[in-house]
Amino acid sequence: MGELSATWYLLLSAAVFSIGAVGLLVRRNPLIMFMCVELMLNAVNLAFVGMAFGLNDIGGQVAVFFVMVVAAAEVVVGLAIVVAIMRRREGTTADDLSVLRG
Amino acid sequence: MTEIIFGISAFIVLVGSIGVVLSRNPVHAALFLIQALFGVAVLFLVVEAHFLAAIQVIVYAGAIVILFLFVIMLLGVDRYEDLRVDPIMGQRPLAVVAGAAIFGLLLAVILSVDGLTGEASVTSPIDRVGPDGNSVADARQLADTIFTDHVFAFEATGLLLTVAVVGAVVMARKISGDLQPLPEIPGQNGEDAELDEADDAEVGE
Repeated sequence: MGELSATWYLLLSAAVFSIGAVGLLVRRNPLIMFMCVELMLNAVNLAFVGMAFGLNDIGGQVAVFFVMVVAAAEVVVGLAIVVAIMRRREGTTADDLSVLRG
Repeated sequence: MTEIIFGISAFIVLVGSIGVVLSRNPVHAALFLIQALFGVAVLFLVVEAHFLAAIQVIVYAGAIVILFLFVIMLLGVDRYEDLRVDPIMGQRPLAVVAGAAIFGLLLAVILSVDGLTGEASVTSPIDRVGPDGNSVADARQLADTIFTDHVFAFEATGLLLTVAVVGAVVMARKISGDLQPLPEIPGQNGEDAELDEADDAEVGE
């Protein structure tokens, strides 16, 4: 593992993905949960770009391009939902939004 | 040289992502997120994904995090959160165990196959050489692939962005007139519990 290789990118990607997953499970502020989802998406992007480098294939970078577009759309819709909920209730955490629970 | 840059950027990314998880103030979390995203952009540059690095800075650090900060300021939720309380018993230890399990599984897979499985591309290699003898720029190669092999996916993302923007405008606009209130959680205060009981009685009759 002396020279820079795709394995390094995959290891870093695994670490960032796990940190994001723990954050998503632990935090209860919906905005910070969104940020953790962004972290996980970025970890996946990192793995794609590392593999594109390792296999000498531009297809990995194309996948990252599409992931970025979908992530932007997801953030726009998610934040709109958060704004719509927070307008009606002050200081909402994810735990308070259990009205769909049976 | 690239190994040193990788090490520094990886450290920045890891510190940023741990900061997002641990910071008590949402504004600080957003700033740590910018740090992590910048580190990822540098890592893209190291493996010569120049176009993606630029997009990473412009779209992620520029647009998405600013949108986050905008919503935080708009809603006024930029106060410190008390992280010492754990409302659900045992949630944090379980979450850490789950995260460690995910990391361990990923590590086992990566190290057991040594990271790389698969063949190098023959149709779309990154180090393609153009007719003039110079290597083709990253953005041009990306465009060549997107607008030939993935053109329908590209059209679909255009549609997706339109739907997302329309949906966001519909959801976030201010509604004039009476709002239908969200149902209150029963038992939160005395009045609601009584109301719920009254409703139940009516249904029973």
